[in-house]
Amino acid sequence: MSTLEIEQLSKSFGSQPILEQLQFHVKEGEFVSLLGPSGSGKSTIFHLIGGLYKPDYGSIRLNGNEISGQKGSISYMPQTPSLFPWRTILENVTLGVELFEKPDKEKAKKMLERAGLADYIDAYPHELSGGMRQRVAFIRSILSPQPFICLDEPFSALDEFTRLEMQKWLLSIWDEERPSVLFVTHNIEEAIFLSDRILVLGSKPAQVIKEFDIAFDRPRNGELTLTSEFLDVKKAVYQTLRGELDD
Amino acid sequence: MFEKSYSAIIVIVSILTIWEITSRLLQIPTWILPAPTTIVQEAFTSWHNYNHHILSTITLTGSGFAIGVSVGLLIAILLHLVPRIREALYPLLILSQNIPIIVLAPLLVIWFGFGITPKLLIITLVCFFPIAVATIDGLKQTNPELIHYMKMAGATNRQIFTKLELPHAIPQLFSGLKISATYSVMGAVISEWLGANQGIGVYMTLASSSFRTDRVFVAIFFIMILCLIFFSLIITAERLILKWRPSEEGKR
Repeated sequence: MSTLEIEQLSKSFGSQPILEQLQFHVKEGEFVSLLGPSGSGKSTIFHLIGGLYKPDYGSIRLNGNEISGQKGSISYMPQTPSLFPWRTILENVTLGVELFEKPDKEKAKKMLERAGLADYIDAYPHELSGGMRQRVAFIRSILSPQPFICLDEPFSALDEFTRLEMQKWLLSIWDEERPSVLFVTHNIEEAIFLSDRILVLGSKPAQVIKEFDIAFDRPRNGELTLTSEFLDVKKAVYQTLRGELDD
Repeated sequence: MFEKSYSAIIVIVSILTIWEITSRLLQIPTWILPAPTTIVQEAFTSWHNYNHHILSTITLTGSGFAIGVSVGLLIAILLHLVPRIREALYPLLILSQNIPIIVLAPLLVIWFGFGITPKLLIITLVCFFPIAVATIDGLKQTNPELIHYMKMAGATNRQIFTKLELPHAIPQLFSGLKISATYSVMGAVISEWLGANQGIGVYMTLASSSFRTDRVFVAIFFIMILCLIFFSLIITAERLILKWRPSEEGKR
């Protein structure tokens, strides 16, 4: 059980307001994407949820408990894989657990096997490709004890082909347990393909300017992105974003 | 690997050959410059006269090195964890390296006598600095992305230090260890000059004051061998501990 409610969240650095009165929520088992142009304060939102900064105003509630300023309340997957080069893949995926309790190695091994990484359990990160490393980073966040997962543009550094593969893979793993996910991206197609709901962010200061419910059935596959319904949603999202940029 | 040592061996052999030929042709007296063959002969014939000196130097170097490494590590960790101490002590650390050991050594004897204390102090003084500087750099250069992940994941400062910064600094620590390993042998020999009853330093002083230049060279030869042995021990340890690093061939 994990829900996230963000209310009237405001944060500024110096005289520059980054977030103003930001308001949104993520329901139990929901996959929500925050979509916005670069520099729209998406990372700041994550840093606030992660407890690295304190908000100037407003509240962040996880399962009804206030977590602003508290580190370690969420499980996190960063933009770069951020694996520890001296740890094997197995030791890397258990790192998130290790910070709080003794890791369950068997569970981690099974998870790696299911994720198609069975051959790399004892390998070191430098032996893996970029896409593989992102998979490891995602498994690490899934295995972390916190049930709410925040993904910060995890596929932005990958090429188009790997990215599509990774999106499908991510959905297949996510489908098994359906944890609540907050996903940050600047890629419209990625947001539509993955999410139950998209929140379009306006920049400076960041606010939710429009919300899209994505009602496509799950499990979803690659052909979905070519259907006219998908393209209609894409058009609508694109126009919202463009309108925001023109202002 | 083999090709590299091959060319080094050729250079060494040619230097020794030129040395041998010139000292014979020009008939240089042995007390000025003995020929390599004379030195080797001396090394073999009087082995039982000096082997206890070598053993004593090895023990001294080993214990001095161990103390120096521990002190260097402690200083590095302390200076890294408490920035205020770093600001206050870092200049002092550098200054400590500007005092010539040759000047400091007699002072240490005045303060601590001829026992083992001043000797260990000298080795520690020459050893700790490369370790401390290298480790501080290693700790400071921890990948900010990894630190960011650790913070977001809820790691405490202690966990960030033990699980991330410390292992991250180990490759740098080894560069420090390699320098210190060779310094420690030099430090041991210098400390023995001060006054000791055995050690390569003592053997060397005795040899040079009695114009046994061949024995001085025997001593120099063993100092070099000791340096090489210590150095290769460190490299072996490095290979074993840092086996996670991408191999050199893979990089090229």
